[in-house]
Parts: sequence; C-alpha cells; structure tokens
Amino acid sequence: MPDHPVTALSIAGVELPSRLLLGTGGLPRVSLVGPVLAAAEPALVTVSMRRASSLADGSLLSVLREAEVRLLPNTAGCLSAREAVLTAELAREALGTDWVKLEVIGDEASLLPDVVELLDAAEQLVRGGFIVLPYTTDDPVIARRLVDAGCAAVMPLGSPIGSGLGVLNPYAIAAVRAAVEVPVVLDAGVGTASDAALAMELGCDAVLAATAVTRADDPVTMARALRLGVEAGRLAHTAGRIPRSEVARASSPMTGRVS
Amino acid sequence: MTITCNGESVRIAARTIAALLQQRLGAAQPDGVAVAVNGEVVPRSVWSAPLLCDGDVVDVVTAVQGG
Repeated sequence: MPDHPVTALSIAGVELPSRLLLGTGGLPRVSLVGPVLAAAEPALVTVSMRRASSLADGSLLSVLREAEVRLLPNTAGCLSAREAVLTAELAREALGTDWVKLEVIGDEASLLPDVVELLDAAEQLVRGGFIVLPYTTDDPVIARRLVDAGCAAVMPLGSPIGSGLGVLNPYAIAAVRAAVEVPVVLDAGVGTASDAALAMELGCDAVLAATAVTRADDPVTMARALRLGVEAGRLAHTAGRIPRSEVARASSPMTGRVS
Repeated sequence: MTITCNGESVRIAARTIAALLQQRLGAAQPDGVAVAVNGEVVPRSVWSAPLLCDGDVVDVVTAVQGG
C-alpha cells in the first residue's frame, strides 16, 4: 500500500508541516524573509552560525520566531569534523534546538561534502544527542553509513550547491532512496520547480532549496512555485507513473475506425 | 586583561562573558547568541561567572541567513 498523498513528512518522530525545506541564505533583504516563508510554507528553515559583530543580525531571528517556523541550523563552511561539531554545539546553545543540518565541505571550489569528516562529525553529534541531517553525496553506500551512525535523515546533493543544475544523476538519487529507511531530502542544486518535482518523483521525501528561491528574480513567487513543484512531484510519485516504452501505445481504440 | 574576541584583540575589565557581551554587543544576555571559549561552548547559565583568563580565545556567534 503506497503512502497516501497527504501523508506528512516525519523526521526523528516529529511530524512536519510540509515537504519543502527552505534556506534563507542569499535573500537580498531580511524584509523578504516573511513573505518568502508565507509562500513556501516550509517544514524547516535553515540558518547559519556566524560571528556576531552587532545585534542587528538578530532581526532575522525575530522574523523567524514570529513566523513560528522550526529552525534547522547548518554547519555551512566547516572544513573539518571538529569545526562542524563546535558549530552545531554553538547553534544548540544559541537557538535551543538539537537539530542540525550537518555540512562538512571538502573543497571550497566544488563545495562537495568531505564524507570522511562528515561521518566522523555525525557519529560525534549523534552521541551528543543531536538530530543529525547530513548534507552528503549522492552515494547510497555513504548514505547507509550515515544512517548506521544514527542520522535521522540523509540529504544527498542533486548537483553542486548554488549551481541550479538540478538532479544530475537521477539514478543515484533513486539508489540512495532505496538504500535507507530514513527520510531522503534532496539538497543542493535545485534551480527551479521542475527540479524539485523530479526529486520528489524519484522518491525523495522532501527537497531543500535555498539559492533557487533567494536569488530568483522574484523570490516570493519562486517560493510558491517550489512548494507546488514539491507537492506535484510527491503526488506523481504516489500515483505511480506509467512505464517508459520505446514504442508508441495508442490511447484511442483501434477497433471501429471509419475506413 | 586582554583576550581575543571574534579574531580581534580586546581589553576587558571584568572576567565574565556577560560583561564582554555588554561591551561588544550592548547586551549582557542577548537572545540567539552562543559563546565558545578556547573551542568549548560556555552555557548561558555561567555567563555571569568570572571565568575568562588573559589570552583566552572567545567566539561569539549568532544566526544569520544561510542555506
């Protein structure tokens, strides 16, 4: 029995209000955060932890708190397990959440995950009581290792962060989905609504988008487009698509034609 | 006493994190802020304790827009 289309996404036993996770990085103005959140209706909203030079940055937090969204702090920019663990611990202290989007970047040009450091950090954070959602490669073997380490979900990349290239290897994403029992969140590479829909059609449980929304010409409208793309893709996945065929199959009856 | 706060050398009179935050951010117990001293998180519950030492490396962080 397939999931009912309206089945809610649940991560670590917490039922979430949608299947779109939203990153806030790159929005030109904090004043856009509220309207974008209203259009996206996100399940989780990511933020980064950075050195505070003034409390003006705090206005972001007040907007997010007013919207009553569940925060997902990330460890973006961390290059080692040590940095990522400290960043997660700081986020827990600052924001009062033990959820973390774990990122350990191995290469500042590609921003691809360093999966060795990632697994090390995931093991440490799970031991420390965190709900860990790791940003990882589209490799089902690594995904399974992360789940074995206790991660609550896995977040494979569709293509490099901020690239907007969409899902470059749909077979790998489907293989990740088949390899693990936890939710799979397509993270990174989403450029537009059809990318999000494809990820969902492949069986992903959710999609995380940041740049696709925040750097769109009209972030509010793109936020809505992605929400609808995620929903359309989820419905299509649940409905069960027709098999691909290399030959035509007429949909009109061949009998009774006028000749 | 001199410490390093967010990469800058800072002279402080009191040895508490609360005083440091008051000096740097204008609030002793700011919302949404966390502090690490020498790479270890210092919980808010002890921000009023005189625990800073000369030469300590302090990081003060908050949430910013990010993916």
